Amino acid sequence: MNTTTLPAPARVTLRVHWSDRLAHVALAGVALVLLAFLAAPLLAILIKSVQDGDGRWIGLKNFIDYARSPALLQSLWNSLWVSALVTVITVPLAFGFAYALTRSRMGFKKLLRGITLIPLLAPSLLSAISLIYWFGNQGVLKAWMQALGIDQIYGAPGIVMAEVFALFPHALMILVTALTTADARLYEAADAMGTSAARKFWTITLPGAKYGLISAALVTFTLVITDFGIPKVIGGNFNVLATDVFKLVIGQQDFQKGAVVALLLLAPAVLTFSVDHLVQRKQTAMLSARAVPYRPKRVPWFDALMQAYCLLIALLMLAMLGMAIFASFAKFWPYDLSFSWNHYRTGLVEGEVATGFVNSLLMAAGTALFGTTLVFVGAYLLEKTHGGGPLRGGVRMLSMLPMAVPGLVLGLGYIFFFNEPANPLNSLYHTLTLMTVCSIVHFYTTGHLTAVTALKALDAEFESVSASLKVPFYKTFWRVTLPICTPALVDIARYFFVNAMTTISAVVFLYSPETKVASIAILNLDEAGDTGAAAAMALLIAAASTVATLLFMGLSWLVERRTQQWKA
Amino acid sequence: MSSAYLKLAGIRKDFGSFTALRDIRLDIAKGEFVCFLGPSGCGKTTLLRIIAGLEAQTAGRIELAGRDISVLPPAQRDYGIVFQSYALFPNLTVADNVAYGLVNRRVPRAQAQQRVDELLKLVGLPGSQGKYPAQLSGGQQQRIALARALATKPGLLLLDEPLSALDAIVRVHLRQEIRALQRQLGVTTIMVTHDQEEALAVADRIVVMNHGVIEHVGTPMEVYRDPGTPFVADFVGRINVLPARLVEGHHVVFAPNGAMPFHCPHDGAAGSEVKVYLRPEDVLARPIAPGDSNVFEAQIEKIEFLGSYCLVQVRSAALGEHRLSVVLSLNFLSEQHLEVGARLPLRLLPERMRIFS
Repeated sequence: MNTTTLPAPARVTLRVHWSDRLAHVALAGVALVLLAFLAAPLLAILIKSVQDGDGRWIGLKNFIDYARSPALLQSLWNSLWVSALVTVITVPLAFGFAYALTRSRMGFKKLLRGITLIPLLAPSLLSAISLIYWFGNQGVLKAWMQALGIDQIYGAPGIVMAEVFALFPHALMILVTALTTADARLYEAADAMGTSAARKFWTITLPGAKYGLISAALVTFTLVITDFGIPKVIGGNFNVLATDVFKLVIGQQDFQKGAVVALLLLAPAVLTFSVDHLVQRKQTAMLSARAVPYRPKRVPWFDALMQAYCLLIALLMLAMLGMAIFASFAKFWPYDLSFSWNHYRTGLVEGEVATGFVNSLLMAAGTALFGTTLVFVGAYLLEKTHGGGPLRGGVRMLSMLPMAVPGLVLGLGYIFFFNEPANPLNSLYHTLTLMTVCSIVHFYTTGHLTAVTALKALDAEFESVSASLKVPFYKTFWRVTLPICTPALVDIARYFFVNAMTTISAVVFLYSPETKVASIAILNLDEAGDTGAAAAMALLIAAASTVATLLFMGLSWLVERRTQQWKA
Repeated sequence: MSSAYLKLAGIRKDFGSFTALRDIRLDIAKGEFVCFLGPSGCGKTTLLRIIAGLEAQTAGRIELAGRDISVLPPAQRDYGIVFQSYALFPNLTVADNVAYGLVNRRVPRAQAQQRVDELLKLVGLPGSQGKYPAQLSGGQQQRIALARALATKPGLLLLDEPLSALDAIVRVHLRQEIRALQRQLGVTTIMVTHDQEEALAVADRIVVMNHGVIEHVGTPMEVYRDPGTPFVADFVGRINVLPARLVEGHHVVFAPNGAMPFHCPHDGAAGSEVKVYLRPEDVLARPIAPGDSNVFEAQIEKIEFLGSYCLVQVRSAALGEHRLSVVLSLNFLSEQHLEVGARLPLRLLPERMRIFS
């Protein structure tokens, strides 16, 4: 070693306080969970896709085989055009509704908004079941549909209609947010210059909601292409990627090709997610300016028009729900429509939904409890502590990743990864624990973003003040951050609970006879031709979700009341 | 000056390729009230955060009370801090906020309560223990934040633009109180501000910063009367900047074609191009005695009414093309019936003219 050279001036790094060290360890813990239950399963899919049945490396052969199989290519094409069509229908419909909610003075806004949330409370297949009763082989309005030139509901028409219904609330939520953030001053300036209403719409409203529209379209497209429940129920012989994965993996046990299709499903999701991420960044930049909230003026003819439109949509939503309710109580559709509990009895007893229901509740409760804890701690460590180097960037990325991973793909990854006998976590396979973890990871990003938003709203200097007062961060977390963020926590827990209750795709590969959840049991009932029981059970899930939502709302009301004392 | 209470030596901060601070050297004596003053982006807040350990310097050394704290985390330094946003914990009462740092030190409850009472009295809000921050005005909240920062009797008080979020009147009032409090407690204090009036009003010494370097350190009077650099002259207070040429015999001529030489003590080479800096109040309209130097006749071009005084813009052949701003009292203007277009004699104070090349 050459001792004569002068030492380079050392870069100063602050000594790490023991409490910061603690934060780093906790962050590493979050990273480990996300690596084991998100990154590793996805990697397993990737590996599986380039191996043959005996685990030998065969390069892209599986992909080439796939490209040479016309049936599978047909599914790819089907998936693409159906998703595109649903997007083109849903987004304008939802935009109209969002426009009415934010820019008109029509009545019953809260009620109408509430009705549009119905599809979120039940598994998505409820709309498909309902459509079967309306337009199926023995549907009440089958003749109307045929008069429109649609031969039968099974297949693309059914999928498109059911998906529009199921995705309407998702698109609506994004568009309402986009339209709410309008700056009233722009409209005042336009009015001062005597601008016509149409010109205002094209030059202010639409450009302002541009990013919301892009975002809504991307989300709709992705959710449709990755949805499994609806095509399974009403798809008939019309194959799409999501049902292909299921058939390849469960039916033919062809894991390699299943992995290829899963990657195909992952591709559009990752793509839309990346675009959406970019778009969102631009939108936040736009919002940073101080805007004056827009308040709509009363315009009788316009308000009446909007009211009529929203009532129509709400009526269609209620018709979907109503038909499912009606059919679930009908003794023997369509011959004997008298009231009976038969379907509920069949479903709960023979369909094993009763045990499934308990499993569902357990899973939903677990997801809500542990998911909220993990998400909030993770978001807190990311937002409010510092140091930790690449760990921080890694956790940030892993927290956003689940948004881009369809439930079906995640579930498949879990099979590949946890069903591997060499995996020390192998004992988790088929357990309710693993299904709970899978749900947590599947819905992680939305919870994460809610937590981040809540945390960002807090003064950025709380932690600095605490450090100057020599109070370790976890005490401030407990005494200040957590109490202030309780409403957001309740929100996250509700989101986790309802989604875990209704999810199918995330757990369809993971259940065993003992751990079958209600949503899966419903799918099995429908497969066995017992549509009435399936409808009944889907409604039970919807009821449970509604009760849970009401309970969570009550909880947040209590929290609000407690925090009222320190709010101005 | 090794007796300095806070010693900054060679502090440098890089954000990527951008250098936010370079070679900052500063000694602050015990009990001193120092203001970091500068435009936004000059690095003053970064420097404060480095002193607080909230930001790590790229290079350099910090000593506090003879202890090297360069690499210590915030919790191992000894300071209280107040932010522009108050950063009060909204879900805790005023008493709990003030006692936040005491509780952690296992100060007995009764003693902590007594300290809280004492501090609230000190900041002029006795009896507000049970209130929540949201029930207080901005100025009141900032006082609570001050009490919280002082509760643990830190050796150093850091104030990061503490008054910027407040209304003008509250701001003036509170800055006087902070000053009085600081005198009373004798706590060494650093306040970051972009408001030169604030800095002039409260500081023992002002550190004027720009583009990551210290431009000038001095008492408020020094900084105002004898600015070290053109930037300081320009940033602190209002000032006329007039291009000029030096001529023999301690005179300048305003370039390009000023009609008369002005007396101005300088030791530059004749013929060099310079800029003369002169504050509006250093242009006198009275008293002017016969035989005074630097007197010229000017014509009023514009009068800007600013309350008790007016800022008057004048022109004159003596100034060449240039205009000069002059502060004249309202009384003087009306007494002399001076309006736009009127002529009056003015005198430039030679000893107040600053020359920068």
